[in-house]
Amino acid sequence: MNIIVCVKQVPNPENANFNEKSNTVMREGVKAIINPLDLNAIEEALRLRDKTGGRVTALSMGIPEASQLLKEAVGMGVDEAVLLSDPLFAGADTLATSYTLSKGVQKKGNYHLIICGKQSIDGDTAQVGPSLAEKLGIPHITCVDKIEETGEGFIKCRRIADEGYEIVQMKLPGLITVVKGINEPRLPTLKGIMRSKKAEIPIWNCEDIGADAGQCGFSGSPTKVFKSFVPDRRVDSRIIAGSPEEQAAILLEELKKAL
Amino acid sequence: AGVLQANDITAFKGVWVFAEQKSGVLGSAVIELLGEGGRLAEALGVELSAVLVGHNVGPMVEALSAYGADRVYIVDNPRLENYNDELYSAVVCDIISRYMPEIFLIASTSIGCSLAPRMASRLGTGLTADCVSLDIDIESRRLIQTRPAFGGNLMASIICPYHRPQMCTIKPRVMKAVSPDYLRRAEVIAPRVVIPGAVNASVIDIIKDAGQRVNLSEADIIVSAGRGMEEPRNLEMIYELAGVLGASVGGSRAIVDAGWLDYRCQIGQTGKTVRPKVYFACGISGAIQHLAGITASKLIVAINSDPDAPIFKVSHLGIVGDVKKIIPAFINEFNKGGGL
Ligand SMILES: Cc1cc2nc3c(=O)[nH]c(=O)nc-3n(C[C@H](O)[C@H](O)[C@H](O)COP(=O)(O)OP(=O)(O)OC[C@H]3O[C@@H](n4cnc5c(N)ncnc54)[C@H](O)[C@@H]3O)c2cc1C
Ligand SMILES: Cc1cc2nc3c(=O)[nH]c(=O)nc-3n(C[C@H](O)[C@H](O)[C@H](O)COP(=O)(O)OP(=O)(O)OC[C@H]3O[C@@H](n4cnc5c(N)ncnc54)[C@H](O)[C@@H]3O)c2cc1C
Repeated sequence: MNIIVCVKQVPNPENANFNEKSNTVMREGVKAIINPLDLNAIEEALRLRDKTGGRVTALSMGIPEASQLLKEAVGMGVDEAVLLSDPLFAGADTLATSYTLSKGVQKKGNYHLIICGKQSIDGDTAQVGPSLAEKLGIPHITCVDKIEETGEGFIKCRRIADEGYEIVQMKLPGLITVVKGINEPRLPTLKGIMRSKKAEIPIWNCEDIGADAGQCGFSGSPTKVFKSFVPDRRVDSRIIAGSPEEQAAILLEELKKAL
Repeated sequence: AGVLQANDITAFKGVWVFAEQKSGVLGSAVIELLGEGGRLAEALGVELSAVLVGHNVGPMVEALSAYGADRVYIVDNPRLENYNDELYSAVVCDIISRYMPEIFLIASTSIGCSLAPRMASRLGTGLTADCVSLDIDIESRRLIQTRPAFGGNLMASIICPYHRPQMCTIKPRVMKAVSPDYLRRAEVIAPRVVIPGAVNASVIDIIKDAGQRVNLSEADIIVSAGRGMEEPRNLEMIYELAGVLGASVGGSRAIVDAGWLDYRCQIGQTGKTVRPKVYFACGISGAIQHLAGITASKLIVAINSDPDAPIFKVSHLGIVGDVKKIIPAFINEFNKGGGL
């Protein structure tokens, strides 16, 4: 099975800095990482490949520096990686991102399954997976936490729904988005790191993938962020003192008031 | 670039709500969306409509009317009995293209989050995720959609100036329903639509959670455990407390990773976002990624032995002490006092 994994570069939350004065995210000096759920997506793709054969390709749309992260994906074991990068792609919302990724996928061609993370930790919309599937005219399954079975031209997955699980059968080619519970991503091996050092990451621009510039980046994005602010989290906090029994009694009184 | 985009956005009129239903029962967030949609429709001076898709769904029109719909677009067909991404997105997009609403609201449920991006992608319009507040800029008639991003560390207000409909998803329990008026009667329209023949993906089995464990994103009270519970067997206390309060159980990533609790119970940035009336954080330090999932709770109660734990910065009621002593004392007090 040939698999394409979509990988997004995100700021590392450990040292991302939210500035309450300027109400923006300070990105300077913040190390970029692979979106955590995309590591699960890579891991699942590698496991499927090792079972069924085929190739795994990591695909990212981002700034040229993102090729560094694609090298990490190579270190984990993906067979190849491609970066879609062009100043025309900047400022993309989920619609423009999905469009651009769909053109990249079509240029790559010959795939059976696309795996995305369920959501990113920055934009955080969980929209790119289903939106990309629609652009490609293929079916999708969101929130997959287990692949039950794969066979000739189909995949069967367990997905997390509101009141339990659903088992969904999907014809291939198709797209799934995965949640953290699906697996434990592997660390790069020494051999992988050696391989990643030598790996060439091709960069495809707007023209290379035959995309319509008007549908990419800022100009292809119907949504615009027109204001952002750091939420005020301060609350009126009360500490309940006393022995456990006294604390419990006061807590009960407070709960009665609140409910 | 989609099937719809007309040059003249003023041709789009009205506020619509997707009336999610399962087996003839409306999703609990639908009436909240109608409440909010009604407010927006009034500000714009337009009608509020609901789109109801399924099989034998007619009886739900009454509730949709009572909670504010002026009009209900209904598509009733045996092939639409159960939710399906491909069929529902085709049907709803078809109706939207014909009747051209300016605003379309969908609840951020498991179904809504799968349907909405497929629809927006097909229509070639914008979609704002998980909004927590909506406003109309009267002059431009634009919808101002505010949502958390970066795990709740940043709020963004988003507009969709030149494309219609302006679409967004909204978390359950965020908006307010209006009180129902069962004398209201919505106009019912049954548009003829073409339902696609074959589908490429379908649900072949449903595994319902056993017992009373409710959907965390809709729970009124949540009791959550962290590494401060010290040992998996101490979670019994958590289940007992949840039992007496009629609460759902959640946890931090630390104990999910340790295998004490199922991933579906994880609350936080890479788990669920919750907004209960009361949230108990028992032995949870209050890491930013955990807080991302809980700060919309009305009352946060933190129990932690470390007076400097960051959780006390966001909790409304803080108890410094050993959870293993405080929970049993509380259950005892609760039973003595005859409940809430
Ligand atoms: C504060 C803020 C709020 C925003 N709100 C919205 C909004 O409401 N609506 C909207 O349309 N846009 C929004 N955006 C823009 C959005 O974040 C970007 O469009 C982004 O490119 C993709 O969306 P996401 O991060 O939400 O990805 P998600 O949809 O959450 O990502 C899911 C998966 O898609 C794949 N993926 C996503 N992006 C890429 C990529 N560049 N390359 C490869 N794979 C990828 C990954 O597998 C990822 O795990 C917002 C941006 C900011 C900064
Ligand atoms: C990308 C990323 C995503 C993440 N996503 C999530 C997420 O979705 N959800 C999440 O929860 N975390 C998430 N994390 C992890 C997060 O950073 C913390 O590591 C985690 O929340 C800590 O869990 P905890 O509070 O249970 O454990 P700890 O941080 O170990 O805290 C335990 C607390 O218990 C207290 N304690 C100890 N003994 C007692 C006692 N007897 N009585 C009372 N109190 C006691 C201690 O004082 C301490 O404050 C994420 C991390 C990253 C990097």
